[in-house]
Amino acid sequence: MSDIATPGTTADEHGHDLGDLELPNGRPAPAPLPHEPRRADVDPKAARRAERQVSTMFIVASLLVLAFLAAYIGIDKNVVIALPVIGTMSASNLALGLTLGLALFLIGAGAIHWAKKLMPDIEVVQERHILESSPTDREEAISVFQAGATESGFGSRKIIRRSLITSLVLLPLPLVIILRDMWVTPSDSPSPNELLSETIWTEGERIVTDGSYRPIRPEDIPVGGLVNVVPASLEKVEEAEGTLNARAKAASILVRMTPAEIRSQQGGSAEEPWDVQGILAFSKICTHVGCPISLYQQRTHQLLCPCHQSTFDLADSAKVVFGPAARRMPQLPITVDSEGYLVARSDFQEHVGPSFWEQGAS
Amino acid sequence: MSAVVKAGGALAEYTDERLGIAPFMKRSLNKVFPDHWSFMLGEIALYSFIILLLSGTYLTLWFKPSMTEIVYNGSYVPLDGVKMSEAYASTLNISFDVRGGLLMRQIHHWAALFFLVAMTVHMLRVFFTGAFRKPRELNWVMGAGLLTLGILEGFAGYSLPDDLLSGTGLRIAEGIVLAIPILGTWLSFLLFNGEFPGLDFIPRLYTVHVLLIPGIILALVTVHLMLVWHQKHTQYPGPGRTEKNVVGFPLLPVYMAKAGGFFFVVFGVTTLMAAIITINPIWAFGPYTPDQVSAGSQPDWYMGWLDGAVRITPNWEWNIGNYSISWNIFLPAVVLAGAIFTALGAYPFIERWATGDNREHHILDRPRNAPTRTALGVMAIGFYGMLWISGGNDIIATTFDLSINTITYVLRVAVFVVPPIIFIITKRICLSLQRRDHDKLLHGIESGNILRTPEGEFIEIHLPLGDKEKAKILGKVDHVPIALESGVDENGVANPKGRTARLRAKFSHWFYGDNVYLPTAAEIEAAEAHAAHDYHEQHAVIDDFRGLEITSEPVLHSPAIGGHESNPHQH
Repeated sequence: MSDIATPGTTADEHGHDLGDLELPNGRPAPAPLPHEPRRADVDPKAARRAERQVSTMFIVASLLVLAFLAAYIGIDKNVVIALPVIGTMSASNLALGLTLGLALFLIGAGAIHWAKKLMPDIEVVQERHILESSPTDREEAISVFQAGATESGFGSRKIIRRSLITSLVLLPLPLVIILRDMWVTPSDSPSPNELLSETIWTEGERIVTDGSYRPIRPEDIPVGGLVNVVPASLEKVEEAEGTLNARAKAASILVRMTPAEIRSQQGGSAEEPWDVQGILAFSKICTHVGCPISLYQQRTHQLLCPCHQSTFDLADSAKVVFGPAARRMPQLPITVDSEGYLVARSDFQEHVGPSFWEQGAS
Repeated sequence: MSAVVKAGGALAEYTDERLGIAPFMKRSLNKVFPDHWSFMLGEIALYSFIILLLSGTYLTLWFKPSMTEIVYNGSYVPLDGVKMSEAYASTLNISFDVRGGLLMRQIHHWAALFFLVAMTVHMLRVFFTGAFRKPRELNWVMGAGLLTLGILEGFAGYSLPDDLLSGTGLRIAEGIVLAIPILGTWLSFLLFNGEFPGLDFIPRLYTVHVLLIPGIILALVTVHLMLVWHQKHTQYPGPGRTEKNVVGFPLLPVYMAKAGGFFFVVFGVTTLMAAIITINPIWAFGPYTPDQVSAGSQPDWYMGWLDGAVRITPNWEWNIGNYSISWNIFLPAVVLAGAIFTALGAYPFIERWATGDNREHHILDRPRNAPTRTALGVMAIGFYGMLWISGGNDIIATTFDLSINTITYVLRVAVFVVPPIIFIITKRICLSLQRRDHDKLLHGIESGNILRTPEGEFIEIHLPLGDKEKAKILGKVDHVPIALESGVDENGVANPKGRTARLRAKFSHWFYGDNVYLPTAAEIEAAEAHAAHDYHEQHAVIDDFRGLEITSEPVLHSPAIGGHESNPHQH
């Protein structure tokens, strides 16, 4: 450790100032200033006025506490009032908050006012003590420790020391291992990778509107339109599972453009196209970190994620055209069933939602 | 002696007979705390934490941390009959059916925001004044830990109600966990007991939010305060203040009244905010469902920088064989965040190594007197600010009708370019302020009054510096860079430690090299004598003009000169 050689100071090996200079910079410390008395110190009238002000604050605080009780009992919780600037607000919340808040504030303000006006304001000087212990104390402490350590044999009895350390190093293992069942996994459960790679969309699954679960015919969607859709079986699946897990992966959108506007798709052939008369289906879950995407600009066919602004060109295989997402939005191959309703041809061919470590293995 | 004071004495006697704590009480009650507004920032953080514990306990009486789906039938009509989780429904109940429940919720949320603001600003104060230096490095590390925990706690808290906004935040968090190489997928499945969102995450998060993190925060705060107590508070340079004393007010009565009163003021202001300003209106967002989101979704302020970093990172993803690394998420959300908090905690040790400063410091640096540190700090704020702005790029785009793409491209560059510029500007400002202090000592303060002598010369009258101001400037501790030693000894043999030593010396020069040294005592004395002489001469001019004699010695802060001088023509 090389300590700074500061002009005008003498420092010991611990860096403590040993010189008589008060500041370690070669200058004497600035002298204290004489105390200037306040009004209340010299004028009994001013002191009495301050006393009145403080006690008034405390008295008003007590009254406000009573007002709080009255408001709690007297104001119906459903009453809403409109206030300028603030807008509409629960009358109960406003009254309870104002009375309690002001009471607290006045108690605090009173105490501070009391301290500032009436309690002594003469600055007190207290010496600091060097935090470090004296060399003797330190040496004694160290020798006590060393004597104890020697007596224990921790240093000399290698086999004890090593076996103890081994057991202590191993000890946390059970505590970590036991966390494994934070995911209670049925013995036939697919791997995380498989679970993340499939949704409940299957061949022939009807595409229905989100919310009202109505099946959709191609002619229901105008060119330039966007519809939020889910698989028809979602309602039953959610009922059975009691979770939103299926929805978090299966949520999709339908957009319609004129077939000429579609520059490319993620798959399909002339006989088995993935679109129906320019209607395309895509996952709704952003491939970045999983926000549902809903901002669609029909002129450019771009889909924008409201969370991190990843932008996808739906007319061009939903490629990423801007933003932090790395993967395109998966396309759902669709067709119409015998009754003329839109159905899925299969599940998504790429996994939906955020990227993950093993995604290539799916 | 009043009866109350006597009763207190009796109680003290009773206690001491059983605990023997009189010496401790004596020292503690007399303990001196220096006074400065910036020392209240940490207090605000502490009081906000107490308010959080109190209001949070109330909320637990009614909140149900359950993701089980139910149909809402409470008194908030717009959501009547809607399916939602019990967590969300119980939060609606707290807001609409429990009297004072909304108040407690809003106090809790406002206090959380104040807690984080106060911790952040307190940390900045400690940083810019060098209060983290020896012997207080450990307290800085604890503070950095508290800030990190506070951010996690805040995020956990606003995620609990399971509304659309917070659920979206959790979805993003899950996406971030998935992006962790190798472990991410499994970690996510463990946290959520399977796939997102599952049924278990909110109950688990609840335990973390109400027990685990607050427990650790409480323990750390306790040790943090014990160290402040034990090491005694730092103080700003000023009259009578030295490295070896503390100048201020004793705990009893002044500090207790002020600090105690201030707790009530903070609580009162938080409650008043909760009374009149709606915060986190979860009823307006609706229940969480993974397939809906509202545009312009913003996290609480302290998460904005992280979201911003995620927004502006380009879409880098590596696919190696069957495996993928999502740098676009992992880099900003995990690596950057980890690096920022590590650097924060390590700063005192880095500065100490770079400057070789091993002294104890109890007198604070005025930020201008440590220009490099101050510039580093402001640069860090600038970096944070750029990320924070990035977190609101959509709001900026819609508010100012700009292209979101352009804003994002500009920010990708600005986040690297703006901070160094800020560094340079801040450092120059600090050095200019140091020179100004130097000039003030020698020439006093410019009064703004211009005097025209009979010869037609114009002079500005300088007033002597006030004692308080002078003490503040003179209390500066000069930092001296480590002398640059040559890398070889007298025999021309290279010093094996030479490289590190030279590197350190360079760092230390970079840190302290530009320091503007204050004038010596002799110089100040000479300058003051000179100023007194000028003063007499100037007065002589004025008084000659008025046909008066100088009757008194110069008076500090004399407003009389201005008075004389402003209207000489009337005489």
